[in-house]
Amino acid sequence: MIRYIAKRVLMMIPVLLAVSFVVYFLMDLAPGDLVDSMNTMDMTPEQIEELRKQYGLDGNVFERYIRYIGNLIKGDLGFSHTMNMPVFDAFMQRFPATLKLALASIAVALLIAIPLGIAAATHHRSLIDGVSMVGGLLGLSMPNFWVGLLLILLFSSKLGWLPSTGSDTWLHLIMPAITVGTSQAGTLTRITRSSMLDVIRADYLRTARAKGVPEKQVIRKHALKNALIPIITVFGSTLGNALGGAVTTETIFAWPGVGRLTVNAVNSRDMALATGCIILFTVFLNISILLVDIAYAFVDPRIKAQYSK
Amino acid sequence: MAKNIKLNKAPNEVKKRGMWSELWHNYKKNPSAMLGLVVIGIIIILAIWAQFAYDYDTDIVEQHIKERFQEPNAEHLLGTDQYGRDMLTRILYGAKYSLSVGIVSMAIACTVGSTLGLIAGYYGGWVENIILRTCEVFVGIPTILLGVAIMTAFGQSLGVLMWAIGLVYVPLFARTARAAVLPVRSEEYIEAARMAGVSDMGIIFKHILPNSLSPIIVRTTMGVASGILSASSLSFLGMGVPVPAPEWGAMLSNGREFIRDHSYLTLFPGLAIMITVLAFNLVGDGLRDALDPKLKRKG
Repeated sequence: MIRYIAKRVLMMIPVLLAVSFVVYFLMDLAPGDLVDSMNTMDMTPEQIEELRKQYGLDGNVFERYIRYIGNLIKGDLGFSHTMNMPVFDAFMQRFPATLKLALASIAVALLIAIPLGIAAATHHRSLIDGVSMVGGLLGLSMPNFWVGLLLILLFSSKLGWLPSTGSDTWLHLIMPAITVGTSQAGTLTRITRSSMLDVIRADYLRTARAKGVPEKQVIRKHALKNALIPIITVFGSTLGNALGGAVTTETIFAWPGVGRLTVNAVNSRDMALATGCIILFTVFLNISILLVDIAYAFVDPRIKAQYSK
Repeated sequence: MAKNIKLNKAPNEVKKRGMWSELWHNYKKNPSAMLGLVVIGIIIILAIWAQFAYDYDTDIVEQHIKERFQEPNAEHLLGTDQYGRDMLTRILYGAKYSLSVGIVSMAIACTVGSTLGLIAGYYGGWVENIILRTCEVFVGIPTILLGVAIMTAFGQSLGVLMWAIGLVYVPLFARTARAAVLPVRSEEYIEAARMAGVSDMGIIFKHILPNSLSPIIVRTTMGVASGILSASSLSFLGMGVPVPAPEWGAMLSNGREFIRDHSYLTLFPGLAIMITVLAFNLVGDGLRDALDPKLKRKG
């Protein structure tokens, strides 16, 4: 097991380095840098060049990237002139809010998808099956920023039950979590349903029933446990989507997370902040997917067996 | 005698059907899949019609301040926005952005991704390793943030948006195509083709591709749906098609300001996105069922 974890961690390092390079390179292509955005009207070209050196903007993209990564390891990603603080601090200040939203939305998604998917599979071709299929398809097809706006329209404009922006109380969390959660629930419901349908027809379930195990226990113990494997497999990507979905959702609900921070940084051309946010966001996402995978390997004896030799 | 003829005829008829007509035969039995296809057809016809019926400068972007914020009425069926522009006209005209971004970006993703996946799956070894590792890098970055980065790097335009969404989805197709090649690559008919002196590219595109086409077709159709969603998300964030073009995501973003008093401004563009995406998802589901009868029972 330790070998598996070590292998996964080692494999992740070059991927993360390449990811950070791709992001750095792309953001570097964007026209204009920090010095361009400053007032350099009465400076000589030499002085401007000196200023570039001072901010570490001289040299070609590879030189700058190597310096950047060297500093990243030390927790220094440059200075954000819009936030007026180091990029790393700005990111870390906002990250807990995004994490909170992502976890809440995954909880919403699981609470909808797992019971609905199971009910649909155990009552195949019934009304509930139809509802889950249509619901799943709608969840897949509705733009989640639209869902967010519809929720605001209903629960804060018309009914006045929930606050539409901010993050002060847990009431503020409800609508953003539902917004991100429902779009994840669409895919998850469909996967739960088809995975349960596969398992329900399996021989070992017939055996369980034949030896007189009560139906509830058959579903809960024998079917669900096996059906969960493909569901957990997509969990990593659900996590990624939940974090990604947070970008639009945070903008709608003025949620103080890193998604909104990134969008604002790009819109105000604060490239140091934007680059840092996208790289850190991706690093955190990959680390969490890795943790999910490792936890998953603990659960699935087949994966464990592959690495135990 | 008559009986004999009937018996002989039936199996022949079945045999005559090629892959595509077999697909159509299975597909048309599925009502929701047919509904999706009809809806897509209607949207495409309306989108083309709108290009000829309306003039971009006078009907789509010109402001009529006197007519601003009209609730849906007989003259303006879906109302007017804060510049007095007719919402129905703009939504119909805007269909071309979502459709073209969805379709062109998936054409890019499918062509580039499937080719890479087929090559990876066929050759294996270090070629496969390089392609898969590269894909891993791009999968690692959340879709929307990669989109944001590409749009920032190359500037906002319809063309860049198509490439941005296309590139974001390349790894997905590469993985799908590779997975589809793996079971086929050690088949005897591939060996036979190689013995007969068919070139590697000939084997990949003539013998392997047609036999691993099903998952790629399904992935492409579903991809158009998610491509439209991604594009509208980027436009919603102000990083897709630049204003004042009536892209649906951008229209939604524009209407957001007025959601309390003029909710129809956000309602209709969102509905347009949802109907289009839903239609492509229905067709994708239908194709999956039609291509793989084993999966059919899952509906």
